[in-house]
Amino acid sequence: MSNFREDGPGYPVTEATRVDKVSPESRIFGKLRALIVVVIAVIMLIPVFVMLMTAFKARSDIVSSPPTVVFEPSLEGFVFLFTERAVVAKARQEEFKAAAETGELSLVDRVAFEAGQQVTGPSDYVDRLKNSFIIAGLSTIFSVGLGLFAAYAFSRFDVLGKDDLLFFILSTRMLPAVVVTIPLFLMFRQLSLNDTHLGMILLYTVFNLSLAVWLLKGFIDEIPIEYEEAALVDGYSRWQTFYKIVLPQAITGIAATTVFSLIFAWNEYAFALMLTSDNARTAPPSIATMLGRGGIEWSAIAAGSLGFLIPVVIIVFALRNYLLRGVTFGAVRK
Amino acid sequence: MAEIELRQVEKKFGELHAVKPLDLTINNGEFIVLLGPSGCGKTTTLRMISGLETVTGGTILLDGKNITWLHPSERDIAFVFQLYALYPHLSVRQNIAFPLQAEGESRDLINKRVDEVVEVLQIQHLLKARPGKLSGGDQQRVALARALVRRPAAFLMDEPLGALDADFRESMRAEIKRLHIDQNATSVYVTHDQVEAMALGDRIVVMSEAVIQQVGTPNEVYYKPANIFVANFIGSPGMNLVQGVYSDGAVKMPGMDNRYEVPEDWENTLKQSLDDSDGLIVGFRPESAAVAQDGNLVGNVYAVDMHGAYSMLHINMNEHDIVHIRADRMVNYSIGEDIRFNVDPQMVRFFNPASELAITRREVE
Repeated sequence: MSNFREDGPGYPVTEATRVDKVSPESRIFGKLRALIVVVIAVIMLIPVFVMLMTAFKARSDIVSSPPTVVFEPSLEGFVFLFTERAVVAKARQEEFKAAAETGELSLVDRVAFEAGQQVTGPSDYVDRLKNSFIIAGLSTIFSVGLGLFAAYAFSRFDVLGKDDLLFFILSTRMLPAVVVTIPLFLMFRQLSLNDTHLGMILLYTVFNLSLAVWLLKGFIDEIPIEYEEAALVDGYSRWQTFYKIVLPQAITGIAATTVFSLIFAWNEYAFALMLTSDNARTAPPSIATMLGRGGIEWSAIAAGSLGFLIPVVIIVFALRNYLLRGVTFGAVRK
Repeated sequence: MAEIELRQVEKKFGELHAVKPLDLTINNGEFIVLLGPSGCGKTTTLRMISGLETVTGGTILLDGKNITWLHPSERDIAFVFQLYALYPHLSVRQNIAFPLQAEGESRDLINKRVDEVVEVLQIQHLLKARPGKLSGGDQQRVALARALVRRPAAFLMDEPLGALDADFRESMRAEIKRLHIDQNATSVYVTHDQVEAMALGDRIVVMSEAVIQQVGTPNEVYYKPANIFVANFIGSPGMNLVQGVYSDGAVKMPGMDNRYEVPEDWENTLKQSLDDSDGLIVGFRPESAAVAQDGNLVGNVYAVDMHGAYSMLHINMNEHDIVHIRADRMVNYSIGEDIRFNVDPQMVRFFNPASELAITRREVE
């Protein structure tokens, strides 16, 4: 180690770095730090992994103590998730058994029978997911779209009472959703928006708007105003300038804001629980309320959560570069 | 106070050769300037001396001691940054005291040194202020004070005057030179401004494209440039370089029938180095040419710059070459008129177009 001071690292350094970062001590520390980060990341992912395993476990494995790590995978959770079932009457048990052996039963029916139940029809899980898609998706589009215009205005124009307005917009994020649920419930009922897609979309749009405006204003503030000035001098109208010059430059910011808004709307639980019942109910409350149906069907809940997780994971993964920028954009102020 | 020696120091960033292996000795107490255009490797070289950048190969010695792999803090070197890098949350006095506090010096010593340095730089009135509130010139003085207070073996300065207004630069330049003389410190100064380099440097290291082009005193690089790059880069505007064809004691230049007779003391050298019909570049500085009615060379006035003390004529000699000539400020020259001029034979230089090197004159005796 002491040789470093005299001989250097022993290989030609071809990256831009300070001398003290290339010393053996520093490199060991670097590797150690990386290791610690990996360990922490793995620990953070354990709940997700447990959920993944639970979705594929048979009932006996789920409640066994100590919990089993190696097990025979079963599709019970998924079948329970996607179907409505009824208990097979004692009288018909023989019938089903015979059918299972001859291979007449479909996979789904067979799995249901192994738990002593028969399929009576599809569950409403898929409908709930569909509602989530529609409500979260549309509200995100609206909130980001409207927020974009508001953010541009706040950034570029002298709006009367701008600081107050911005603070007011920010303050809507300060209250817990539950506080306004009762007045909202009454308002919705009055307007017949209760349990409607339109009502939920409006609600999420309004609540996401504050986040969207603040994030987008930050991003638009970063775009130098000289580009717009040049375009205006060249003869473009304000609208064309916005559309041709500002928008392309703000794309990363818009993507980051969209991801944040989408995650919020997708995961929203409180309003969905209390302001919807059947028609417009989204996935989060419905997965949780599966708890009470004929015993706690953990595998179904895990499978439902998995299904709920996957679309967002895909979208966030696709937009991960924009998300990183969105998280760190305010970190260094020039 | 120290001698710095660079032996075969090189730096690569991946495949990019930012600094090709170079050798350089900086003498004790010398003010040396690394001069060159953007991207030539001068700042990287400076950063390697300071330890802010690792070397890909070679060794750096400070007073004979190998410092190539010492931490930047262990090298007894002070660094002055282009953008000052003053700690914004500390007062000026705290900024200046900071390096000594980092070394754990006693309170008394710190106060004494800070007072000394503040006296030298005349910034007593700024001690309580925060750096963010100061003008650029004041901030730079504070940065210099912070470097000075450590009494290091050498000062490294990375374009410290680059961020200042033009008029400020002149006065700060003089201050830096005074400081250097008073402190008798070894200084390495990086700049792209050749006027600054000529004004400040005891010796100038002209760099381009990761390679040292020439090392010499301001006089040497000005009057005896080693190659075309140095001839062009030094001086504002740079040396005029006109390429022609050598033939029996004269250079035939394209366009307007120009035939330049080589001066006597160059005849032998050129006759020995060149055959007839070899290319040859004639170099002369604007102030070494004079407009004359019966001048040897002729050209067409392309533009006239009034510089107050003199006029600078842009003369079109052919479709490729525009030369600059200093002329009397009192005379009016009109654009488009033909002008005859002479070149002072003492100050003319010749270059080989293929190698781009200067042809050095062999002394006859």
